[in-house]
Amino acid sequence: MTAELKRRRFAVAVVGTIAGAMAVSRAGADTVIDPADPVNHVNPINPFPARAQAITQGAPIREGRVHIDTPRLADNGHSVPITVQVDTPMTPKDYVRRIALVSESNPRPLIATFHLSAKSGRAEIVTRIRLNRTQQVMALAEFSDGSFWAGRAEVIVTESACLDAD
Amino acid sequence: MVARVTVAATVQRGAVVPVRINILHKMETGHRYDVDGRAIPKNVIHTLTCRFLGETIFRAEMGSGMAANPSVQFYFVADAVGEGELLFEWQDDTGQRGSQRTALKVLA
Repeated sequence: MTAELKRRRFAVAVVGTIAGAMAVSRAGADTVIDPADPVNHVNPINPFPARAQAITQGAPIREGRVHIDTPRLADNGHSVPITVQVDTPMTPKDYVRRIALVSESNPRPLIATFHLSAKSGRAEIVTRIRLNRTQQVMALAEFSDGSFWAGRAEVIVTESACLDAD
Repeated sequence: MVARVTVAATVQRGAVVPVRINILHKMETGHRYDVDGRAIPKNVIHTLTCRFLGETIFRAEMGSGMAANPSVQFYFVADAVGEGELLFEWQDDTGQRGSQRTALKVLA
């Protein structure tokens, strides 16, 4: 391969990488992935109400009973430790059916859904998530009586999980 | 796919048992690009289940918002006495499946 060709290939690669990075930021701004997926297909300035409504299918959400433990400052958005704990006796009559983790600004806001039962004994999940920028994270818990409770946490992210195109 | 499950070897009946699983997986978001600018397709573990003595004790649906090498800790009540296995099963977007068995003894 001549030096000229090598330079050209390098230039193409660099342009491709920049274009890729721009495409990533566009995806982050639009937050439109799959119209068939109502939780992830919401793009208002305050996205939580619509996203949460998609999960609860219209049922009202009350704030409280759900506690999020996560660092206020997450240096690295690639792996943010998070603990969600819900106030519930976890008896056969009163337990948490599922816990959904929802991001405010990730390209795919529905991070995960965890299905529990009365036999879980304790409504607590410990995991690690990705965050694309400083934002709020919401944990939404569905109780056995069909009610929904939510807790939120603000996380400052200094390095996005969406800037590592390699 | 390689995974590590952390749980006590023996537990008392009725105890609330913490279980943690850690799976080696890139959890490719679908938002990354290779050096030539081609999009790397999304590939995450979308479903994870855990069974004990034939009963599903935990299930998770995960998206690209989960960190690479996903780690999940949950709890369950060991209410049946005996020796059994925690059976974890999962599947990623390429259809690849993984599983992990971990022995667990429940004492009366």
